[in-house]
Amino acid sequence: MAMEVTQVLLHAQSIDGAVRKNAEDSLKQFQEQNLPVFLVSLSGELANEEKPVETRKLAGLVLKNALDAKEQHRKFELVQRWLSLDGNAKSQIKACLLTTLTSPVSDARSTASQVIAKVAGIELPHKQWPELIGSLLSNVHQLPAQAKQATLETLGYLCEEVSPDVIDQDQVNKILTAVVQGMSSSEGNTDVRLAATRALYNALGFAQANFSNDMERDYIMRVVCEATLSPEVRIRQAAFECLVSISSTYYEKLAPYIQDIFNITAKAVREDEEPVALQAIEFWSSICDEEIDILEEYGGDFTGDSDIPCFYFIKQALPALVPMLLETLLKQEEDQDQDEGAWNIAMAGGTCLGLVARTVGDDIVPLVVPFIEENISKPDWRQREAATYAFGSILEGPSPEKLIPLVNVALTFMLSALTKDPNSHVKDTTAWTLGRIFEFLHGSVVDSPIISQANCQQIITVLLQSMKDTPNVAEKACGALYFLAQGYEEMGPSSPLTPFFQEIVQSLLTVTHREDAGESRLRTAAYETLNEVVRCSTDETAPLVLQLVPVIMMELHNTLEGQKLSSDEREKQSELQGLLCGCLQVIIQKLGASEPTKYVFMQYADQIMGLFLRVFACRSATVHEEAMLAIGALAYATGADFAKYMPEFYRYLEMGLQNFEEYQVCAVTVGVVGDISRALEEKIVPYCDGIMTQLLKNLSSNQLHRSVKPPIFSCFGDIALAVGEYFEKYLLWAMSALQSAAELSTHIAGDDELVEYTNSLRNGILEAYSGIFQGFKNSPKTQLLIPYAPHILQFLDGIYMEKDMDDVVMKTAIGVLGDLADTLGSHAGSMIQQSVSSKDFLNECLSSEDLMIKESAEWAKLAISRAISV
Amino acid sequence: MAPHDIRRPFKRAAISDQQKRRELSLLRQAQNRRDAQQQARCLASSILSLQSAAPESQPEQSDTEIETVPESEQESEAFSKDLDVRQASKLRGPEVRKWFARQLMLPEWMIDVPDRLAQDWYVFARPAGKRCFVVSSNGTTVSRQRNGSILHHFPSALPAGAKIRDGSGSAQSYCILDCIFHELDQTYYVIDMVCWNGYSLYDCTAEFRFYWLNSKLEESGACNAPSHYHKFRFSAVPVYNCDSSGLYSAYTGVVPYAKDGLLFYNKHALYQTGNTPLALVWKDENCSQYVIDTDGKGEIPSQQQVVLELQDDRKLVTSDDPPVLFGCLDGDIIEKMGSLRRLI
Repeated sequence: MAMEVTQVLLHAQSIDGAVRKNAEDSLKQFQEQNLPVFLVSLSGELANEEKPVETRKLAGLVLKNALDAKEQHRKFELVQRWLSLDGNAKSQIKACLLTTLTSPVSDARSTASQVIAKVAGIELPHKQWPELIGSLLSNVHQLPAQAKQATLETLGYLCEEVSPDVIDQDQVNKILTAVVQGMSSSEGNTDVRLAATRALYNALGFAQANFSNDMERDYIMRVVCEATLSPEVRIRQAAFECLVSISSTYYEKLAPYIQDIFNITAKAVREDEEPVALQAIEFWSSICDEEIDILEEYGGDFTGDSDIPCFYFIKQALPALVPMLLETLLKQEEDQDQDEGAWNIAMAGGTCLGLVARTVGDDIVPLVVPFIEENISKPDWRQREAATYAFGSILEGPSPEKLIPLVNVALTFMLSALTKDPNSHVKDTTAWTLGRIFEFLHGSVVDSPIISQANCQQIITVLLQSMKDTPNVAEKACGALYFLAQGYEEMGPSSPLTPFFQEIVQSLLTVTHREDAGESRLRTAAYETLNEVVRCSTDETAPLVLQLVPVIMMELHNTLEGQKLSSDEREKQSELQGLLCGCLQVIIQKLGASEPTKYVFMQYADQIMGLFLRVFACRSATVHEEAMLAIGALAYATGADFAKYMPEFYRYLEMGLQNFEEYQVCAVTVGVVGDISRALEEKIVPYCDGIMTQLLKNLSSNQLHRSVKPPIFSCFGDIALAVGEYFEKYLLWAMSALQSAAELSTHIAGDDELVEYTNSLRNGILEAYSGIFQGFKNSPKTQLLIPYAPHILQFLDGIYMEKDMDDVVMKTAIGVLGDLADTLGSHAGSMIQQSVSSKDFLNECLSSEDLMIKESAEWAKLAISRAISV
Repeated sequence: MAPHDIRRPFKRAAISDQQKRRELSLLRQAQNRRDAQQQARCLASSILSLQSAAPESQPEQSDTEIETVPESEQESEAFSKDLDVRQASKLRGPEVRKWFARQLMLPEWMIDVPDRLAQDWYVFARPAGKRCFVVSSNGTTVSRQRNGSILHHFPSALPAGAKIRDGSGSAQSYCILDCIFHELDQTYYVIDMVCWNGYSLYDCTAEFRFYWLNSKLEESGACNAPSHYHKFRFSAVPVYNCDSSGLYSAYTGVVPYAKDGLLFYNKHALYQTGNTPLALVWKDENCSQYVIDTDGKGEIPSQQQVVLELQDDRKLVTSDDPPVLFGCLDGDIIEKMGSLRRLI
């Protein structure tokens, strides 16, 4: 029972669009009419040696797409569909797939490998297809080599698909044995050895037990190291990729091998082909990542808090590692700065050098300084660029005390190089290095300032001059100015930038109008710098920031003029609107923060809001995230007057809440609902039905990214607080959503990421409860909340006893206890007294080091004492 | 296995400005939510109930009770008064506004010359600016205007005013200063000291308070230029004995701030909240720019406007600080205005 799919599959690859469309429709129709037959037919096509290779491949691909999808919810549906598929059909499909692994046609084999892994990814966690691994392993011991290669590839994909806990150790051992044997130098077939090496890369996560066993680990490491010496470049590359993965997964097991690994990586970096050398450098970058994490976790004091000890591999390797990396810096490619996608040995080496500096701090400085001194003034641009790059790379990590004397000497040289060096690479790297100097060594964190009144003028002149240079250099100059401005934040009422403010702003605006501002993200960099200059400005320059408002408004207005844009133009328009809305957002937030400037700024509010609405209107289906963010800031600044914009704005608000695809937009819109609630208070009532309905829909959707859900709960609280007892209308729904989320989030089982997520969910739920209680306070409807009190107290007790809440949750939770007592008063007195929260939890919070927790707890204590004394 | 391509950001800062904008928005929203929440929590709970630290209002043997440090009666009273200011400094809303308006010592207009002026009084030039209470505690400093609204929330070198103190200040350390914030040089001019480093000066004479202010403020480093952990400079004002040379100095002397009248403080007066005849204010065109209205061009219009407040006792007063009684309306007019007032 199978249908003929060859013809349709051929048509589906036709160059004729109409034919292709037709074929795609037919495939869809087959699938809908009889799924089991359709899938069996596809697997039959894939396995059939008589069929053309293109249709076999496509059949496999369609089959694969019937098992997996990118979107989480779609994937879930496909998994359910496969699990409930007719058993016979599934057996037939699986048999075809396994047969295909021995096909002489390599494309068919490799397609089958991928599909098998997908099926395994679904079935193995359900304890189905138990014979799969056994039959794959028996293949490995079969000839011909091509079947062996396909099988190893399948094992690799399989390890990528399923999580280690679904395969028992016995089978893991067998898989690893087969893979490692396939990798060993005794394996004569290059394809087999390559497939095995790549399979090991995926299987490393399964090898926890094996890496704990000295003998097994020695064996695996020996085979991997041997493979780095293979005559085949792809095998060498794959073997180094395994080493990179091992460096992060099994860092703590590396000590016995690190000397050997240094030798082989050093040889590869100096002599091997680029793809291999890049991986060899990546090994050391990855070790740096590990050690930076571990040392950060120690937090400077060696209490042994980290699970993994630091072995100081980088510190030990330093005398040899640094010269090796410095050599790579001289291998730049021409024009690498213009090519966004470039990644070469010099770039990788410099990046690694920067990580090494962060790992070891001061120790790197004496090893790099001679290289800088020797090369910085050489005639060959490569030497000057490498020296500058080396300097820029080590600016993060070592102490300011160590670096500032160097910077004081270098600064004038750098400023002159930025204007006078004939080579664009050197200028690019010089501007970047200046940016790093300002980022790490300028500002209130540093005791002895590197910028004086004397050189401030010169620095600004040079940077503004460089903004007229080629786009890549100009972009770096903008970046340097960004950090220069940032360093003057919170420096007090008077900023050294004040005298230059006008000139800086003017220069940045000029940059945004350059013909070539689209290259090297120059325009973006210019607006970002403008934003930072505004953020860090002081009251002295507030009038100038105010003058900027109509200028940016005019720019935004100009983007709205274009008619009938091509899709490419539309994208550019939207990007530019994003930058301008972002800039306005920063300005609004700045001016809105102080009463006098806010007052003057408000004269523009109507016009700005009008522009934002027109930006929204440029798109039909989605809303612009940056415009939405800016509106949040505007609502906060405007207060209750924002009500006049609501009739027009509301539809976009709703559209934003419905945007599940771009969940960032949805999240931002949820935040804006909060802003608007606080601004409008009871004036938001007419819009509440729509908003609450949409928010409740969002909560129950499994298509919406989970990170948006906690803020939705917080938003319930914002609304309840704004509308008070009017919230009664939504109380039942909101409380039931809160209750089920509360039950889910009481216990956490999972990794750090899940713990973090659960805590943010708890915080959202608790903020909702707080808002609701406070909103109902002193209203005659308070008693409506009494039935929910036992559950809420139970939730508080529950998360307290779990002992895994973070400080934010603790503060919000103890606040909710107070809100409950405050609003329900004597109605809840005895309930509260019975709860653990009112005793142990409260006492713990009262003696907390965290002042916010303590403050909430003191308030809760007061509210409780009132509730139970009445 | 898909071929691996590890690329790391090259010559790029780690964070994008867009991400920064999002994060700053979230921070602002979280702060606003906290403020709204705080306000809600405090609206009804009259601030004075914070005195519930008094033992009789506590239920017996409650588990929520924490051990309070035993204090002598006197200390405890002074402490609870200060505690109110500190607690209230964190609160929001109209209740707080009223409360704060009651906490400052407010001068009356000087309409005659007090006896023993030269012997018993101080005089100093009042800085132009916003009168406020500055409270430092728990590693932060908050300034509040007379209407209770927060002017600044900032780190300062006052005891307990920033999170970086070397631990010299105990947890109970805090300060309350009566200040005027002078916009032009962004400086808090301290005109009176109410509490210093946990020590209450409410019941001390002005003479002692000013002496203490002058010695302690300088010591603390609060008069230094602003820095990361000290956002605004504080400064004492020059205070003179009210003899003719002192008066002359205060009236004509050059000070680093714009003057807004002269303040007279009786040396023996304690810090008394609300209006008191033991503090007086004088303004004329030589020592205050606010004595006569000017228009946008700085010219004096032909008529001066004044907004009067009709109080419940039918008295008409100005909204000056302190108010000046202008007159009293008879019942008839009030009757006629009745409908209008209801509209308002």
